[in-house]
Parts: sequence; structure tokens; C-alpha cells
Amino acid sequence: MMDFLAAAIRIATPLLLAALGGILSERAGVFAVGLEGMMLAGAFAAAVTAWAADNFAAGILASIAGGALVGVMVAIVTVRMRADNMVTGLAVNILVAGLTSFLARSAGQGGRPASIHLTPLAAWPIPGLSDLPILGPLLFDHPPLTYLAIVACVLMTLFLGRTQIGLTLRATGENPEAVFASGGNPKLVRMLAVIACGGIAGLGGAVLTLQQVGTFTDNMTGGRGYLALASLIVGRWTPVGAAAACLVFGAADAFGLRMQTFGLPASSYVLQMAPYLIALLVLASLGRATRLPASIGRPLD
Amino acid sequence: MVPLLEMRGIVRTFGAVRANDGIDLDVAAGRIVGLLGENGSGKSTLMKLLFGMLPPDSGTIIFKGRELSGHRPAEAMLAGLAMIHQHFMLIEAMSVVDNVMLGWPAAGKLLRRAAVANQIRGASARFGLDLDPDAKVANLPLGRRQRVEILKAILRGADLLILDEPTSNLAPAEVAGLLTILRRLREEGRGIVFITHKLPEVLDVCDEVVVLRAGRVAGRAPVAGVSRAALAEMMVGRDTTHAHSPDPRPPGAVRLAVRGLRGPGLAGVEFDLHAGEILGVAGVDGNGQIELADTLAGLRRGEGSIVLNGQEIARASVAARMQAGLAYLPADRAQTSLVRAMTIAENFGLRDHAGFLLHPAARTAHAKELMTAYDVRAPGPQTVAARLSGGNAQKIVVGRELDRAPSVVIAHQAAWGLDPGATRFVLDRVVDLRNRGAAVLYISSELEEVLAIGDRVAVLSGGRFAGILSRDKIDLGQIGLWMAGQA
Repeated sequence: MMDFLAAAIRIATPLLLAALGGILSERAGVFAVGLEGMMLAGAFAAAVTAWAADNFAAGILASIAGGALVGVMVAIVTVRMRADNMVTGLAVNILVAGLTSFLARSAGQGGRPASIHLTPLAAWPIPGLSDLPILGPLLFDHPPLTYLAIVACVLMTLFLGRTQIGLTLRATGENPEAVFASGGNPKLVRMLAVIACGGIAGLGGAVLTLQQVGTFTDNMTGGRGYLALASLIVGRWTPVGAAAACLVFGAADAFGLRMQTFGLPASSYVLQMAPYLIALLVLASLGRATRLPASIGRPLD
Repeated sequence: MVPLLEMRGIVRTFGAVRANDGIDLDVAAGRIVGLLGENGSGKSTLMKLLFGMLPPDSGTIIFKGRELSGHRPAEAMLAGLAMIHQHFMLIEAMSVVDNVMLGWPAAGKLLRRAAVANQIRGASARFGLDLDPDAKVANLPLGRRQRVEILKAILRGADLLILDEPTSNLAPAEVAGLLTILRRLREEGRGIVFITHKLPEVLDVCDEVVVLRAGRVAGRAPVAGVSRAALAEMMVGRDTTHAHSPDPRPPGAVRLAVRGLRGPGLAGVEFDLHAGEILGVAGVDGNGQIELADTLAGLRRGEGSIVLNGQEIARASVAARMQAGLAYLPADRAQTSLVRAMTIAENFGLRDHAGFLLHPAARTAHAKELMTAYDVRAPGPQTVAARLSGGNAQKIVVGRELDRAPSVVIAHQAAWGLDPGATRFVLDRVVDLRNRGAAVLYISSELEEVLAIGDRVAVLSGGRFAGILSRDKIDLGQIGLWMAGQA
């Protein structure tokens, strides 16, 4: 049981990071449809850099930069050019999918993707704490990026609720004119929020390549960006709420994996659908009960 | 007296329009200056220039002895200016304390929520604002929201407050509360610029008044010793106060007979409306005005009987009622009566259901005629309605509805928020129609307007008519009691 929950937490890690990024973007008033592309860019940058430099830290930094670069693109097109958030996000996702596949082949030979083999980041048990009963294996025996995601979730809660910048960011998603009238610059807030979203979602992508799989494959995010988007909506745009939603989806995924190992006579593809099916059911049951930031998707003059 | 603010020779043009054409404005500490003017007279532009939301073409602004130029709102606020916009700049989903902390350096980079909440309680007690720091803005009535804006200005130590049409969205009791707060601010030595086009408020609370017309100062005077008529004349260049009292004439046949009208918000409205008569309906907002107007127009269903020109229409569709000669000027212009995204010509054509195909050329020509007849000031019939001022937008509605020569008109807040020139124009059209034999139900929360225009005056209270008085038997005391709900 503990194993299962710990696995759910590890699977939820990339989702949570992407959802945290998405919260920044959406609370500032820009739909985070581009999470998928940001994650994928981060995953690619992390794998290639860590492999070429033979250094995981460099890979992690590169994933932030790669995601942020996609964020810059989205920020310019949606905030400065005032383009539709949804269409921009979708376009970026498709663009990044193509671009990373292309670049992976350019780095390889004979039209085949570069063969990247990394040893996935191992668990770093925290001395003392990891020996605690129940809590030890659950919370203190994880690979580094999982700790980072948990810390990021706490920091994000404090940032949004307790800092002037966080307040300004939330106000920008609700009523940007009020931010302007109080001396702020809502356009700048949105641009920076989207770029930061890209960086954090990119880090989520690094979890896939550096911590879970150890290589980059085409389109390896496989919809996790969209699942992260669903998580932040289900979690009502709060970091803790999103974390809870990510855990539910992570548990569904872990459950599917477990069923496979028990030799359940069901296609693995059907089992992989589980988290998405649950996401749909939860979203449908919430219906209109969720309240979007009031000015989300509305371009600024 | 050393002025707090001196603006000298302010000029600002938009294309060929000189919105501000050499305006001087002084405000001293501890004084309330009324800035009066019709829509488009340059009041808002002047204040935007002062607050740094627009740069002036020329002129100087000296505030507290220091010249302000090329400043942005953030710098204006730091210097001690505060602007309270007509549309409040608040985050409805957030609490009062969050709204106060937003963009306020003294709240700290790491927010000191508890300390700020205490400051709010202190200022709220001192100025009688009655605000709970933890209340969510979305749950506050408009008058309270405005106090949040005033609170923000007070806490930021603003020496000069600019209030842009602060009473336009308030109920009468809230207006009285606002004026009390402004007097208290004046006692503390703060300066206030009070932008409005409501003369009674100027006379009530201001120390002096500056009247703008077409981008220039048309007059300035201390309020003591200036008459309402003189102010109105300065504002529009003509006397408007006695404009629209219709001549008495005997009423004609019954056009609209309403019996036992009930429904949500309505508790048994009964009246007869005669040809050639305006029945003014006064009353405090929220006593069934919207429900009565919408039910008569067919936008909502009620129980009871509505007989229009001898024909029962209580169950009839909106279209059938229009066909039978009913016209409706709804209060909610932005939502109900205009399609803001469409052009003037299209909006004029919304009622023309004859034929399947549209005839754009004919429609444009017709729209041109109506624009002239109803004084809609816009570049042309293809201008999008959303770009028009409130007065011009309402003139489109008035033109579209009244040009069909309806026999019964339901008008709700027809002149709400319009400047005196546009108000007079709308009221004149209504009176014209009545003189040509139409019956008009004129519902308004502006008692004065109702008294001026009504042949008879009814008071709507608690969803029914508390009483009806004819023009020659008007008893303000009685009307006041009815409005207060004491029948």
C-alpha cells in the first residue's frame, strides 16, 4: 500500500510541476493550454543537455530554459499580439512536438533520433526522516525533483497568498484595469507569469526524462500537459488543490500499472486511459461550480 | 490660500477634437470643487491628464508646489493624488484587505495582512465607512464598494481625491452617506474634485464649482450665491430646468389597463393609462421597477391582466405586443436594447421584421434620417454602437422605438446617466409623442424628472402603486411617505 502511494506521488510529480506553472499563468489571466508544449520542450532540453554535458544539474537548468523559451513565445503572441489563448496554446503544442522530434533526429545520425541513455535520478532518502514509519517511505524516500515539486507547491502557496507580487498577479487575472490604476503594469505581469509558467512546466518535463525514463522519445509527454491543466482546474487554481488532483491522477496511473503486473486481462492501452477518464468524470461533476479568474483570456489594450 | 493643485493652460487634442482647450483649475486644501459639464465637455480628459493616464499637449500641472509632468498613475499616487473611478477599480473576488494591499508599498513586499486590517478598522471608524476588512467585495453593495475606493485613497495618504461621477450608481441613502464622508475629508484638510452633472449635489456639498463646456471653462463660481438655473445655463449654454413640463390637456381614452399584476417583485399593480397622458412612476429602486417594465413589455411573465387598446396581451409574445402598438425603452441599455457590437444602422433596423432579405442601402439611408432626426452624433451609420457615448446610444434606442409612432410607450430610466442636453432631448421626444396622443408610462428613480414630466405621478413601493396623484394635486410630503413605504 505504501509502495503504491509512493508510486502515485512519483507519477504525480511532473503533473504537479506543470500544474503549478499553469496556476501562475491562469491566475495572471492567460489560459495555460501550452503546458504540453512547455513540458515537452523541457523534457527534450533536459535530456539532450544532461547527455551532452554529462551533468544532471545542467539538464535541469536547461529544462527550465527550454520551457521558458516556449513561455516567451506564448507570452509575446498572446499578451503583446493579443492572440486567442486557446489557439495559441494548441499551435505551440503541435509546434514543439514537431520541433523536438526534428531536433532529436538532427542530433542523431542517419535520420534516427540521437540515442540518449541516462541513468534515471535515484531516490535520495532523507537521513533520519526516511526511517519514520509510514511517513518515511511516503514522503522522505523520493528522487530529488519530487522533493523540489513538494517544496515548490508550498512556496507557490506562500507566494500567491502572502506577497505583494503574488497579490498583483492574482489581481491581474481578475481585473487588470485595477492593477493599472493602482500603479502596476498588468501586461508585464502577464508576460512574466507566462514565462515563469514555461520554466516550471519545463522542469516538469525534466522529471520525465531525467528521473523517470532516462531518455527522450517523440511526444513523450503524451497528454500530461493537458492532465496538468485539468488538475489545476479541479484544484480551483490553488497549489494545494492542484496537488491533490495530481495525486488522484497519479494514483489512477499507478493503479493501472499495478493491474498490468498482476496480469489483468485488459489492454495496457485501456488501463492507460484511466487517469484521463477520471479527469473527465471529475470535471463533469464539477460542472459550472468552478469559477475562472474573471479576466482570463481577455486581451489587454 | 496656497492652492494644493494648480493646472494652467491645459491643452489636449484627439485628432481634430480639442478635448481640453486651455483649461485652468485650482483646488485648495480643505475645499470641494465641483467639476460640472455635459458628456464630452472635457472633464474626464482633464482628470486623466492630471492623474497621468494621458500626457497633455501643453500646459503645466503643479501639485503641492511641485511640477508634475510626464508622470504615470503610480507617480501621481505617490505624490498624493487619488482617483476614484466611476467603474470601481476593485477585485470583486477578493476581500477588502486584499484590495487595499494591492499595489500599496506600505503593505510590504511580504504582505502584513493583520496590520493592514487593523488600519482599515481604524480608518473605517474614523470616517464612518463601516467596512469589514475580511468582507469579499463581490458581496458588498455598490455604495460600500465605493467606500473601499475612498478607504484606499485615505490610507495611501492622498491629499487630493478625484471622484468621477461618484453618485451615478448609488441609491439615494448611499449618496447621503457619501456626501457625509466627503465633508469629513474636507474637515481634515484634504482637497476634493467632484465630477458630476447633477446640479443638486454640487449645491449640496461643493464649495466652488467650475463648469466646462466644449473643452473650455464656461464659468466658475463659489457655490454660495449661485443658482441652479445659472449653473445649468453655464453647462449647456441654455436654461434646461423648466424645459419639459408638458401643457395640461384632458386625457383621452384608456390605452393600457393593468389589473392585479403579480409575479416575483410585483404585488398587484393596477392602473389605467390614457391617450395623451404621461404617467410618471417614482419610487426607490428595487421596488418592482424592472419587474413592472419587463412584464408589461413581455420580457417576463406575470399573473394578472394587461389590456392594450382593448386587447388582452398578458399572455402575448413580445412581437405581438410590439405589433399592437407597444414600445419599450428598457433601463439596461448595454444588454437589452442595443447590440453593442453592431453598427448604428443595424441597431436601427433591429425592429424591422418585414421581409426575409435585408436591404442594406435602404437601411443605411433610413438610419441617416433617424440619426439626423434624433440627433445621434457619430461619424456615420456604419459606426459600431459600442463606440458611442451613453447619450448617443440612448438616442438610437429612442429613435428606433418612438419613430414607429407607438400608441403606448413603457420608458424605464430613459434619461439615466445622460448629460442635461441629452436628457432634455429624450424627455422632449417623449413629451412630443404624448402631445400627438400616445400614452406613456415613465418609470424613473429620479423623482424630479418624474415630477417634471408626469401628468400624473404614481409611487411604486413594495411591488405595487402606493398611490397616484395628478399634476395639480402634487403633495411632496405624501409622495415622500409613499416612497418610504408608509402608505
